[in-house]
Amino acid sequence: MKAAIVVFPGTNRERDMAIALRSVTGQAPAMVWHRDTALPAGLDLVVLPGGFSYGDYLRCGAMAAHAPIMAAIREFALKGGHILGVCNGFQILTEAQLLPGALLRNAALRFLSQDCFLRVERNDTPFTRHWSKGDVYRTPMAHGDGNYIAEAETIRMLEDTGRVAFRYVAENGRLDAGDPQLNPNGSMNAIAGVFSENLRICGMMPHPEDLVDPLMGGEDGKPLFTGLVEALVG
Amino acid sequence: MSAKAQRTVDEALAREFGLTAEEYGNVLSIMGRTPSFTELGIFSVMWSEHCSYKSSRAYLKTLPTTAPWVIHGPGENAGVVDIGNGLAAIFKMESHNHPSFIEPYQGAATGVGGILRDVFTMGARPVANLNALRFGDPNNPQTRRIVDGVVRGVGGYGNCVGVPTVGGEINFHPAYDGNPLVNAMTVGVARQDRIFLSAAAGVGNPVIYVGSKTGRDGIHGATMSSSEFDEDALAKRPTVQVGDPFVEKLLIEACLELMATDAIVAIQDMGAAGLTSSAVEMAGKGGVGIDLDLDHVPQRERGMTAYEMMLSESQERMLIVLRPDRTEQARAIFDKWELDFAVIGHLTDTGNIVIRHKGAVEAEIPLAPLADQAPVYRRPTAPAQKPQPMEPIIDPVGVEQALIRLIGCPDLASRAWVYNQYDSTVGGQTVRRPGAADAAIVKVEDTEIGLALTTDCTPRYCRANAKLGGAQAVAEAWRNITATGARPLAVTDNLNFGSPEKPEVMGQFVDAIAGMGEACRALDFPVVSGNVSLYNETRAPDGTSQSILPTPAIGGLGVLENVRQAVGLEMPDGCDVMLLGETKGQLGQSIWLREILGAQDGEPPELDLAAERRNGDFVRGLILDGTVIACHDVADGGVLVAVTEMVMAGQAGCVLDAPQSGMRPEAFWFGEDQSRYVVAVRDGQALATLAAQAGVPCRRLGRSGGEGLTLPSGSTISKARLLAVHSEFFPRLMDR
Repeated sequence: MKAAIVVFPGTNRERDMAIALRSVTGQAPAMVWHRDTALPAGLDLVVLPGGFSYGDYLRCGAMAAHAPIMAAIREFALKGGHILGVCNGFQILTEAQLLPGALLRNAALRFLSQDCFLRVERNDTPFTRHWSKGDVYRTPMAHGDGNYIAEAETIRMLEDTGRVAFRYVAENGRLDAGDPQLNPNGSMNAIAGVFSENLRICGMMPHPEDLVDPLMGGEDGKPLFTGLVEALVG
Repeated sequence: MSAKAQRTVDEALAREFGLTAEEYGNVLSIMGRTPSFTELGIFSVMWSEHCSYKSSRAYLKTLPTTAPWVIHGPGENAGVVDIGNGLAAIFKMESHNHPSFIEPYQGAATGVGGILRDVFTMGARPVANLNALRFGDPNNPQTRRIVDGVVRGVGGYGNCVGVPTVGGEINFHPAYDGNPLVNAMTVGVARQDRIFLSAAAGVGNPVIYVGSKTGRDGIHGATMSSSEFDEDALAKRPTVQVGDPFVEKLLIEACLELMATDAIVAIQDMGAAGLTSSAVEMAGKGGVGIDLDLDHVPQRERGMTAYEMMLSESQERMLIVLRPDRTEQARAIFDKWELDFAVIGHLTDTGNIVIRHKGAVEAEIPLAPLADQAPVYRRPTAPAQKPQPMEPIIDPVGVEQALIRLIGCPDLASRAWVYNQYDSTVGGQTVRRPGAADAAIVKVEDTEIGLALTTDCTPRYCRANAKLGGAQAVAEAWRNITATGARPLAVTDNLNFGSPEKPEVMGQFVDAIAGMGEACRALDFPVVSGNVSLYNETRAPDGTSQSILPTPAIGGLGVLENVRQAVGLEMPDGCDVMLLGETKGQLGQSIWLREILGAQDGEPPELDLAAERRNGDFVRGLILDGTVIACHDVADGGVLVAVTEMVMAGQAGCVLDAPQSGMRPEAFWFGEDQSRYVVAVRDGQALATLAAQAGVPCRRLGRSGGEGLTLPSGSTISKARLLAVHSEFFPRLMDR
């Protein structure tokens, strides 16, 4: 799988993402600088990693959405390319309107760095094919602005068309969007990740890339990456 | 300020700048004339306590600083030790106490930013942050505001720069009411053949300014940190610097990119006293002169004077001496990262620092006497007040009640509320996160090497007996590293004390250093970097001032050749839970005494450094050969708190035996005897045999398993109850 990671000034989880990708592909992903105007040829996957692009100034992801490289990313999306946005990458994808909705300050108004449990809402996508529908996996989260929100109509559309990728739940899969223990940032419908209409773009707040090695506490996040390799190369 | 700049320079002005009459006399004799306003400013910050260490230097020299694995000890921006594979760990701890009282968020944030720069300026990529925080009485209404701001500030800066915050410690005590302590530690990793130092060299070489623009923030910050707060301390807010972690992140990447070339001759961050200290120290260490033209300094505000630019403590700035033929290559890197880059001067052979501004020479000072004739004081000392002897003990509550109270008390309650606001996983190398082991474990990327990191100090011991307390802080750091299986290598120290002009405080300082030195020598655990923060006093409305508890915070670093061998607190089912080290039941200065009887009496527990080393080396060997599966040192709260923490950290419970100790239950379970470890092993009998051979006292405490903690009385406290009690304190204090 040929992958590229886009680096903006202030991006800080590009190394974590590179390690995760390398662990499943055996090769280092290309690093693309925000001022570049083209992506490397023949890419299977573009990743927008976590961090504080442009210092989160103005609004998380708002300035990155207008970076020079974004034109090439839009074009890649239009052609049906696969894009994964994690944390700040998810925020950028919503600001760029490649995904619907927005991420507000966490409901408790504090940065949250802890493990959470995500339920896989469908497994017929390149991002989720190595899980079963309803599987619950553990993943670290680390963000101040992960509170997913969209207009009621948009939420309904996402729900009706199966575009919710992951939800925050209890370890046993129980969903309660009103419980801050289970839905720590207060997201609507406990949404942790969403898909684009064609299911080829996925944005999510937590960090599966930080849980791909038993040494770091587990491999719960690895199926996302092995699934992508199988889908995009196989 | 420009009106002030017109003022006549005389002894009265010098005193306002924090210089004594005698120090001002020395300035006159060095200069051979009345100094200019800017020159006086430079002398006053370079000779401030903060920059010159004038009250502490004579004593710091007594600390051991060398070992075969030490590459650079004190004197550089940070300490450097060999961690194998041709790699070095570079680390230091530094205080930002005074600013954090005045403006908690920015004070803490810029504390983190400053220590990060000290580490990456030497060529290291920062891989971990830690901190040591002390706050006032939780019932004091100010405490909540300060905790909130400091925690947000530490997180706000560290999370944004993408360096994981992996460990730390927090204490509460009324002595910190008007003077919290914020000590920040950064650890970085560099190739041993790519370590950058600060001594300037090469007459004619260009002097480069990079990073943020210079503004009027933080002027005379170093002087502020060198005196006591008065009643209008909060009015000093304009002297607190404002940080921008986004620029810091860019600066880290740009500097590391430049450091991969051969362009740099010398580099230093602009920390306390800003451009003044970086220029003076770089040229001074290199034995050259330096000529700066301030017209070229990137400025954020209009109309800044030379004095203001030289004393500004604007953040995220570095000073670099480059090879002349590499200037354009370097400029291109900083352009890429959208940071200011300006040639502001060059090195000379005059031995002077010359400051030009708008065509005029604003300062010309000979560097050698500025450094060599900096004041050194051996201030008077007096013995500190001895603690009250302990009264005979009557336990009013019993073991179970006491345990519940202890694990919920401010000094022992769960810190999860705090560390869950710090990104501890960014970088993807965090093997043991906060709370999972006695020291945080961070893997060195692309190797099997692990770093074990901790910060430690027990201020209540230090107040009762500063020498013992200083030794205990070092020993506890060594013990916490040992308890993970790592080999302790070196420490950085952050010596926080009250006013050195109070003889009893100076006595505490001298004693604590003596104790630290003894422990460092006995444990082969040298000091490679550090920082001193004095004048930590709060003035009461009646004019009296109260000193903080003596707080020599120790940041320890250890190494594991194979990070996979590290152990944490979590026990599997079916292990024998054993106690290593001697138990005498010493309750003097213990948390139990304070929380249950409300007393802060008695001598702190004894510390036998030979036993410390013997017990620790024994435990470490058994961790590395796989015998010990989980390990926790016994510290605040004693054995029962240690076992309870192991239960709370994992799935398995524990069933405790009735100890045949011949001592009172509270003394056995809550005494804080030093140099002890609780370990989980498959075969306790075999461990006892090995321990006897090694001369290490060993006894069985019980067996892991079950749902909760079963006390010798037969009563079981469920894990859910333990966790509920343990995690109540911070949310109750902060989220109400």
